[in-house]
Amino acid sequence: MSRTIDLPTADVDESAPAAPPRAPRSAPAARRRRRRAHGRVGWFTYVVLGVTAFFSLFPLYWMFVVASNDSSAVNRVPPVVVPGAQFLDNAAQVFEAVPFWQNLANSFIVSIAIAIGQVLLSALAGFAFAKLDFPGRTALLVLVVGTMTVPLQLAVVPQFMIINELGWVNDLKALIVPGLVTAFGVFWMRQAIDNSLPDELVDAARIDGARNLRVFWSIALPSIRPAASVLGLFAFMTAWNDFFWPLIVLNSPGAFTVQVALRQLQSQAYVTDYGVQMAGIVLGTVPLLLIFVLLGRQIVGGIMEGALKS
Amino acid sequence: MATPALVAESSALRARGPRGRRRSLTPYLYIAPFFLVFGAFGAFPLAYTAFISLFDWNPIGEQAFIGFDNYVDLVADPRFWNAAWNTVVIWVLSTVPQLAIALVLAAVLNQALLRFRTGFRMAVLVPNITSVLAVGIIFTQLFGRDYGMINTVIEFFGGQRIDWVAGSFSSQFAVSTMVMWRWTGYNTLIYLAAMQSIPRALYESAEIDGAGPIRKFLTITIPQVRPTIIFTVIVSTIGGLQVFAEPLVFGGQAGVTGGQSRQFQTLALFLYEQGFRNLEFGYASAIAWALFLIIVVLTIINLALSSRIASEK
Repeated sequence: MSRTIDLPTADVDESAPAAPPRAPRSAPAARRRRRRAHGRVGWFTYVVLGVTAFFSLFPLYWMFVVASNDSSAVNRVPPVVVPGAQFLDNAAQVFEAVPFWQNLANSFIVSIAIAIGQVLLSALAGFAFAKLDFPGRTALLVLVVGTMTVPLQLAVVPQFMIINELGWVNDLKALIVPGLVTAFGVFWMRQAIDNSLPDELVDAARIDGARNLRVFWSIALPSIRPAASVLGLFAFMTAWNDFFWPLIVLNSPGAFTVQVALRQLQSQAYVTDYGVQMAGIVLGTVPLLLIFVLLGRQIVGGIMEGALKS
Repeated sequence: MATPALVAESSALRARGPRGRRRSLTPYLYIAPFFLVFGAFGAFPLAYTAFISLFDWNPIGEQAFIGFDNYVDLVADPRFWNAAWNTVVIWVLSTVPQLAIALVLAAVLNQALLRFRTGFRMAVLVPNITSVLAVGIIFTQLFGRDYGMINTVIEFFGGQRIDWVAGSFSSQFAVSTMVMWRWTGYNTLIYLAAMQSIPRALYESAEIDGAGPIRKFLTITIPQVRPTIIFTVIVSTIGGLQVFAEPLVFGGQAGVTGGQSRQFQTLALFLYEQGFRNLEFGYASAIAWALFLIIVVLTIINLALSSRIASEK
């Protein structure tokens, strides 16, 4: 894949000299703003964005509506379109059908362990790639980035056999260990350390006699706190939402993560009761929605920044 | 993906001098966790998949070497071609409109004086933080035959109720909608990031020449974000061809076969069915390699197509 990867960047490099650095861009923009009246945003733009926002948000709103109503209210024509008062009743049925507290706890344990592990291990590797000099560094970094294009889901049969050999079926280790470090994380952290940790600072610490691990822990890590928290958030959300791999390695309800439990709830019901299913996904989605409401700006920023880096 | 840039940068760093202890093992220890995890749960299993695919391999029963018989069976298996076709249809139906809409939305969001900018960006991204399972269940309800909102709306406008799950195109359309809903906003933000680094001067000189917004979009924006378009096309190809959870959930109890008559079974589902339902590890591994081949071929075709189309515009 490395040859194919060259293509896009070659173009970036050509256009790079023409691109002004980020900060001064606002100055001409402001000038233009004053000069030209039709730089203003027309009403049509807001209609387009309003419709888009509606389609983005409606399915989630609908999730709350169905989750909080009786099936009969939703199954009417025309159906009810506002949240009702049945949420707790529906949720109670979720807890009857699957050990949902346990499933929530499992998801939290796995996601938090993966978030912490990914931040620390990726930062460590990123630190080595950004600030340490060793033979093969460039080649190894290219290799790391190249692995991002490998469709690993296809290796699921032997992956399962390995987990089985290790005796980790139905064990949360089966989810945590493979998720501890990712190519994306390493690359992300390398860029962050490269951008925000001056070589002089590392050199100064070395002259003071700090060893690599100490430089990493007391200088590199604190300097990349924002990038590290964004990576932690991504890792948490990805782990929380992961479905395919947990479905493969977990087969007893007590070991299920939220996503697998919800699939169980859906596929084993004799009568489809969307109120109960939706109550389940509300419970499984609310933690992420809360994170998003609190830190959405950082998440949006992280994705856009990640796009520029890659 | 900025490989050449990385190369240039790091050789510059090296020129700085041998600060880091050259012969120390420390750096290798720091990067070892990634390579250990990737080796154990990525590279090795992928290679081992090829090995297993040459066996009649049942995890509980016997393992017998059968050469390329699994592949011979696969080529003769109508279920494989059905799944391959469904996968490609779902991928096209979800990816093409998704990326086109994302490009336009990004251009709309890229206006300097837009109000509620952060709000709109967050709104388009919300679907992406919703789990595939939640997306699947919500849309399965929305696409319900008797009480689904979509049929209610169709009926309101005088149309006929559609049995979305039953039909083959209709079910693939529904599955594609789920994929699209979840990923359009994400790609929008990727494009938006790329558009923000286009020099304003390009637009200003086009305006002096009298170019309108659509012309500017086609002659400046698209060529300028071409590398990003190629990047997203590749990522959506690799991801989109492995669609699994959406059709599984949409099928309810018949999810593993992608509907009663396999009308929306994808290759990833077929792999799962053979491997973990029927415990045919050898056959499932052959499916995995076939899917891998399809991904590689379509990625190369797309790379060629998208770089040509983007450069012509």
